Amino acid sequence: MAKADFEVPELQEYTEVPKYVEGTMAHSSPYVAKPDHNTPLGFPGELVPDWHEKTLEAMGDLLGKYRSFQVYLDSCVKCGACTDKCHYYLGTSDPKNMPVARQDLLRKVYRRYFTFAGKYFPKLVGAADLTREVLDEWYSYFHQCSQCRRCSVFCPYGIDTAEISMAAREILDRIGYGQKYCNEIIAKVHKVGNNLGMPGPAIRDTLDGLEEDVLEETGVAVKYPLDVKGADILFVTPSADFFAEPHIDGLIGYGKVLHECGVSWTFSTKASEAGNFGMFIGSYENMRRVSMRIREAAIDLGVKRIVFGECGHAWRVAYAFLNTLAGPWDFLDPNYPVPQHICEFTWDAIQQGKLKFDKSANDDKVLTFHDSCNVARATRMGDKPGGQFEIPRNVIKAVCNNYVDMEADTIKERTFCCGGGGGLLTDDLMELRVKGIVPRMNALNNVVQEHGVTHMAAICAICKSQFTKVIPYYGFEMDQIVSVHQLVSNAILLTGQGESDDDSDEDDE
Amino acid sequence: MAIEVNGKVFETDEEGYLADITQWEPGVADIMSKEDDLTLTDEHWEIINFLREYYEEYQIAPAVRVLTKAVGKKMGKDKGTSKYLYALFPYGPGKQACRYAGLPKPTGCV
Repeated sequence: MAKADFEVPELQEYTEVPKYVEGTMAHSSPYVAKPDHNTPLGFPGELVPDWHEKTLEAMGDLLGKYRSFQVYLDSCVKCGACTDKCHYYLGTSDPKNMPVARQDLLRKVYRRYFTFAGKYFPKLVGAADLTREVLDEWYSYFHQCSQCRRCSVFCPYGIDTAEISMAAREILDRIGYGQKYCNEIIAKVHKVGNNLGMPGPAIRDTLDGLEEDVLEETGVAVKYPLDVKGADILFVTPSADFFAEPHIDGLIGYGKVLHECGVSWTFSTKASEAGNFGMFIGSYENMRRVSMRIREAAIDLGVKRIVFGECGHAWRVAYAFLNTLAGPWDFLDPNYPVPQHICEFTWDAIQQGKLKFDKSANDDKVLTFHDSCNVARATRMGDKPGGQFEIPRNVIKAVCNNYVDMEADTIKERTFCCGGGGGLLTDDLMELRVKGIVPRMNALNNVVQEHGVTHMAAICAICKSQFTKVIPYYGFEMDQIVSVHQLVSNAILLTGQGESDDDSDEDDE
Repeated sequence: MAIEVNGKVFETDEEGYLADITQWEPGVADIMSKEDDLTLTDEHWEIINFLREYYEEYQIAPAVRVLTKAVGKKMGKDKGTSKYLYALFPYGPGKQACRYAGLPKPTGCV
């Protein structure tokens, strides 16, 4: 682990609400995107000279397009319910990381130029002129929001800070003041097909290696197909699943489940990314272009179903927006959800008795589960309310003997962000990531101390990368973070696996 | 930003990655590692050379698992682990070793 050039917070038994300290994170600002990153997305290469006019023009355009945006800017009554709900405020003590204050950065300019009172009596209504300082403050603090929407759960008006933060980033992008991390990635998706910029031959080489490993480990020839025409299922997963750890261990698990269920499936080079950073920057057009790759791949390959791998915001885009962005999906089999989450797929297969497990394969672990923000607060799984909480837990419990939940106030719809979501998973924001993880770390530490939890599972590529990178700052080991389908992979007994020894316990439930 | 190797100037981006991979020479890795207070051993060079070969063929850094497997095959199974790679490159094999090798930074949810 790299050494920190800032103070790493101490863990607490319960996350205490800190007294605010002005400006502790005013210096935090990610690298600005360059022309190479901006122009492929349809944005100006760099900050335009007439940014003042263009900023207000963009704000006016968004106010006209999104009714919700104006309602959120108008309806806040400063009740304060959100002030202690943001992990970045709890971790940094910077009052501008209170959701209401973050919204006010945009709201004060909205009032000044778009409301009667603000135009004529600005001081009375907290309206302020748009200046370069204001613009830079937007850039800093709207890149200190992971768009996790925890604050909106507690807002009596349902104001969604994520949407305000997306709008702010969209405005900044339209004047050529975008963030390098997000825009470089989106440009790679447009060009190569995934966030990593991983070309098809590299994906195939990686998958060949996995086939070899699984064969060696189990004696069963599990295939990881790519670009196979006529397959029934198109499997769309974050490209981190081909690349990072523990993501790839989850991907091995997807393949084993699909193999054991006997379905025909394929990955696609064109749709080799489930993630959609277009959402993080609030750009409908980029979100649509990224989504269209999935549609094109589905048509080219002639598939009947689409299944998504473990990716938090991808599931939000898939579950909530895919039909609008890239539908209609009338060419797919209507007997299955469009799209389906791999956890739904696996849980269905478990209930139908299609999968056999040796749960003792995970007996070296005591598990807990981190609900990823976008899955928890923006989607569902299965056909019952709360399925997005129950189904991943059901899958874990079907393959592990030891499972403990973290404290109720830190899971399910009240889950805390990993600290790296929403386009902030970049090294230039490491201080923010290390501080923003604090509420989650406190909750994890409690179940580690009290219940002997050894591992935390997640179903989001960003969560997994953020945790493996940042928990070592708090004395944990990076391999204490696991993919849900990594646990499935450990325990699954494939037909024909280890045929010579039949000593495995038949203890699946 | 830029670094200087034997009087020759190499442009880098704000995160210290070489702007032009084709310019790379071994001295680049030496200078970069010195700035991190790291002394490159033969074991480091095994990794750096593998990264460069892989990149040449596939235009991307290898997945961590591909790298650990290759290291395990070449240097013994006990060394084919992420832990071994992190011991060599504390900032991470992907990010630190790639930088020394002149490769672009892996982007995305990694």
